[in-house]
Amino acid sequence: MNANAFIAIDDVSKDFGTVRAVDRVAFGIARGEFFSLLGPSGCGKTTLLRMLAGFEFPTEGEIYIDGQAMASEPPENRPVNMVFQSYAIFPHLTVRKNIGYSLRRDRLSRVEFDRKVGRMLELIKLPGYEERKSHELSGGERQRVALARALIRRPKVLLLDEPLGALDKQLREQMQLELRDLQREVGITFVFVTHDQEEALTMSDRIAVMSKGRYLQIDTPTQLYEAPRSREVAAFIGSMNFFDARVEEVADGHARVAAGPLGHLRAATRAKRFSVGETVLAAVRPEKITISSRPPAPSDASGGTNFVKGVLDATAYLGDRSHHYIRLPGVDKPVAVSAQNLNPAEFDVESRKRDVWLNWSSEAVVLLRAT
Amino acid sequence: MTIRDTAPVASGEARTKTRARRAPDAAPRIGALGVFAVLYLAFIYAPVLFIPLFSFNDSTYIAFPLSGFTTEWYVTMSRSDGLVGALTNSIKVATPAAVVSTLLGTLAAKAVTRYRMPGMEAVVSFIMSPLVVPAIIVGVALLIIVNAIGIELSLFTVFLAHLPPCTAFAMWIMISRLEGFDAAIEEASRDLGEGPWMTFWRVTFPLIVPGVVASLLLTFTISFDEYVLASFLGGSEPTLPIYIYSQLRFPWQLPNVLALATILLFASFALVYIAMRFRNRGVQFKTTTGV
Repeated sequence: MNANAFIAIDDVSKDFGTVRAVDRVAFGIARGEFFSLLGPSGCGKTTLLRMLAGFEFPTEGEIYIDGQAMASEPPENRPVNMVFQSYAIFPHLTVRKNIGYSLRRDRLSRVEFDRKVGRMLELIKLPGYEERKSHELSGGERQRVALARALIRRPKVLLLDEPLGALDKQLREQMQLELRDLQREVGITFVFVTHDQEEALTMSDRIAVMSKGRYLQIDTPTQLYEAPRSREVAAFIGSMNFFDARVEEVADGHARVAAGPLGHLRAATRAKRFSVGETVLAAVRPEKITISSRPPAPSDASGGTNFVKGVLDATAYLGDRSHHYIRLPGVDKPVAVSAQNLNPAEFDVESRKRDVWLNWSSEAVVLLRAT
Repeated sequence: MTIRDTAPVASGEARTKTRARRAPDAAPRIGALGVFAVLYLAFIYAPVLFIPLFSFNDSTYIAFPLSGFTTEWYVTMSRSDGLVGALTNSIKVATPAAVVSTLLGTLAAKAVTRYRMPGMEAVVSFIMSPLVVPAIIVGVALLIIVNAIGIELSLFTVFLAHLPPCTAFAMWIMISRLEGFDAAIEEASRDLGEGPWMTFWRVTFPLIVPGVVASLLLTFTISFDEYVLASFLGGSEPTLPIYIYSQLRFPWQLPNVLALATILLFASFALVYIAMRFRNRGVQFKTTTGV
């Protein structure tokens, strides 16, 4: 499947004692890709990254980077470099010596060494920082130095282990964009580990969503969000309303499903095959549902739109948007609706217990196989 | 880690730390606790202060009132062949004991802190055990073994006997040193293309130097004033503690011993001071490795 991939992870497993941290994982990463491993802690993403770096060795399987088998090579022999979660800046060395650490064997002249380090400092926008030490740097500056240090020899792959986790929110968002730009600029394959789904969506070309040592889905951010293939992925990326349903009719890319108390829903099948009578989950994102205090006009109630009547249970005002929770008759969990506050919010805390009408298009419904 | 709780030196470190932390708010109040602290310190250190006092006293009898000031004992002390010989013997034993035990302790501490191994706890307890087994038992046991093998008693056998307790202390110091910095720093060096040896030389060693110096000073001191093992295994070559004890039989030798003891006292104060300076440097490193 991934014989031609730039990085090929070939049936790799890793056991720690009796615990299987990574369980027969196989996929490929393309050259120049910004690839993220996303999942909760303990899902195996960091172990997988450390196996790419050479700090852990697979119990089974093989890892190829640019066609070379890597599984038994120590870290110093691999064409990869890493940005550590703690940055791991050498505390006894200056920024200059940190960034130039890997140049020792090149036996450069002082002038050449300083020129290379200077170029990296420009790349990370910290010129003039040569003689500073680790404790004189802010978190963001350390992160940049760690980046420069890892990139100076132009590795084939850059590994990043939650490098933005220690930064505050504002700096983190700025670094996300900078990191993305940097990756385009240097053209190196990035493998990025994170538990922050927004971060992964913002930066990645493709994301592997991991859970319990395996990956659930590997896809582009848009596909993961719009067309998750399982309930776990749908619930992990963003939030999602789920309704139990049964397929009644399948025709030209759409299906009609019976969703118990909700009645009949129309959904796009998105090239997935469903058979009549199959039990499925109908999933709808909160922001794809429109909430209204007026019942739909008869002309709206046809075509591709789904309408449901419910009672407003709770509202949370977040400024740019509001979150509403609506009770539907016969459904246990309130339905979450996220509405942009284009105009001053129509519903507020006072609106509790009011009747509301929800509607969403059939394109907004994702059908998932119930497992 | 259990070692911290059992090692005798640990309490010393804990004490300095507590003092440093409590000092700002405890300093202005001098109540019952302050009185207790002064008495406590006096109880520990006042007897020691009699040694320099009487070493300058112009009398062979250790008694008040002082009869006059003299440096005579320092002169006779430095001319006493037996004393100088014993001092040389002790340095001959303590220097290699400090170097070898620090080396072994560093390697053991590296293994304990950086690798996963089955039975690690047992190995650590085993290395630390010389600190809890009575020296007299070890001394007898080693004497029997040395006799059985047929090795002649000498300074070399004393050096061998001093290795286990010194190594235990060295390992204890180096473990806390190595645990003090992020293991990712060593991984970063490997990641940047350096093998295990160059990583040790370029990263690990510079960061543990303060611990190495502290360990050398401490193990030197331990070997230097160890009595029991040296008396069992020293044969006809007495180390300084043995010699001093043997001289106490002759009352007229006592002032010489006091003069020597005074020099040793101030020398060890100097060593401890230097060791503390290095430990403080260590603290500085620790704060810089944190995120």
